[in-house]
Amino acid sequence: MTLLRLEELVGGYGEADILHGVSLQVAVDEIVVIVGPNGAGKSTAMKAVFGLVRIRGGRLLLHGEDIAGLGTVDIVKRGVGFVPQTENVFPTLTVDENLAMGSFLRPERVARQRERVLELFTPLREKRRLPAGTLSGGQRQMVAMGRALMLEPSLLLLDEPTAGLSPRYVGQIFEIVRDVRASGVAVLMVEQNAKQALAAADRGYVLATGRNRFTGKGSELLADRDVAQAFLGG
Amino acid sequence: MELLQLLLYGCVLGSIVALGAVGVSLTFGILGFANFAHGDLMALGAYVAFLVYVQLALPFWVAVPLAMAVTALVAIAFDRVLFRRFRTRAPVILLISSFGVALILRSAIQLIWGPETLLYVTDLQIAERWLGLRYHERQLWIVGGTVLLVVLLHLFLAHTRPGQAMRAMADNPTLARLCGIDTERVVLWTWVLGGGLAAFAGIGLAMDTRLQPDMGWFILLAVFAAAILGGIGKPYGAIVGGYVIGIVMEFSTVVLPANYKPVVPFAIMVAMLLFRPTGLFAGRST
Repeated sequence: MTLLRLEELVGGYGEADILHGVSLQVAVDEIVVIVGPNGAGKSTAMKAVFGLVRIRGGRLLLHGEDIAGLGTVDIVKRGVGFVPQTENVFPTLTVDENLAMGSFLRPERVARQRERVLELFTPLREKRRLPAGTLSGGQRQMVAMGRALMLEPSLLLLDEPTAGLSPRYVGQIFEIVRDVRASGVAVLMVEQNAKQALAAADRGYVLATGRNRFTGKGSELLADRDVAQAFLGG
Repeated sequence: MELLQLLLYGCVLGSIVALGAVGVSLTFGILGFANFAHGDLMALGAYVAFLVYVQLALPFWVAVPLAMAVTALVAIAFDRVLFRRFRTRAPVILLISSFGVALILRSAIQLIWGPETLLYVTDLQIAERWLGLRYHERQLWIVGGTVLLVVLLHLFLAHTRPGQAMRAMADNPTLARLCGIDTERVVLWTWVLGGGLAAFAGIGLAMDTRLQPDMGWFILLAVFAAAILGGIGKPYGAIVGGYVIGIVMEFSTVVLPANYKPVVPFAIMVAMLLFRPTGLFAGRST
């Protein structure tokens, strides 16, 4: 069953288009990865889902409903969680408070949902009362993802979750992404660590200059010589 | 003994400055601009209390909360008709318009209550003595009221939903919106707190000295210095900053003529901006 579908999406910031017809889809229980060179429109495609990009063509469907033009809060309410690449935690709020903010719209569920999130991100358990700004980059990424999971989304959008993390944490983040999917949440992520990301993905999209270049199963794209030569550094 | 006496006076002045600085810091943290009208909101609070207590002859415990409420409402009104229009513009636009609000408020006060100096209580008050320290009962009320308000503010920010939303928005407005926080409602709360606390500070200032239409303008420098000292945008820092400024101002009279007292916060502010521009408690967060 398809959760999210982009059909020939055209759009960008201000007057300039960055997406020149991007199509992709995410089904229930899928990890989908978007890779591609800088300026390919990877993050823009993701932000388009969140109403942060001006859409000038194509269609944007969530559960079959056209969501183009909806505001950020409405999309959150429809069960999509978003973790921006940078500045994705509240630095002076404690870990507990960061998670509570994630469930701001449903305060009655905070306690139960926080327990579930801490199951997923066990290293956070002993840091619950610390300000998120004092945590390491990897732990901060966990807080950010945990916050987005607090509203029990059906789809989680991650914008380069491993950017700037040490290799030890990169592996851990991909493991967590698999756990998230196992808990019934579909994941759409943009990644620079293309090889590791595609290895974890059910499906991958390679974008370049705002257009689809290759589409396929993660493992197929990894094995594809053309993809490897053009985008994965050989 | 003399130093203890100055410490006591410093705590009184510090309470007034601290409550003012909290408001400036909250407004800066949430709305992103330095509100130059904050001193005049303090003055407005003092004059509304004068209206209720002296002109309408109602009890003081009625006058204080009423003045706080009216000042908060006036602050919200200015936000609705003026600041809201410039929300997405550069902060300097908001700063300049707050200058305009300051002038409007000060002129309105002069128009309604006149330019002359007024007092809440006109009979001569004799200082009480305790262990050789001179104090007035009203000074204890100022410090006690401030402590109570700071505790209430802390409980609000730490344990209530609007309080947490406020801290979240000060930290990261984009992420706050992603969490579904209604940012306009947070702005409303900011003015309620900022305006209410400003009114109490203004009443304290008027109790400790007297009412003058430009009283808010002259205390504004100390208030800003305290907010910067505490790391602008951090309400708890602003409270500490307020007491530091108040106490240092009083202690300065030991070595400087008393009429140089208003220069002291200016000197502290310049020194802070030169050597520690992020405030005394920088480094706790990113």
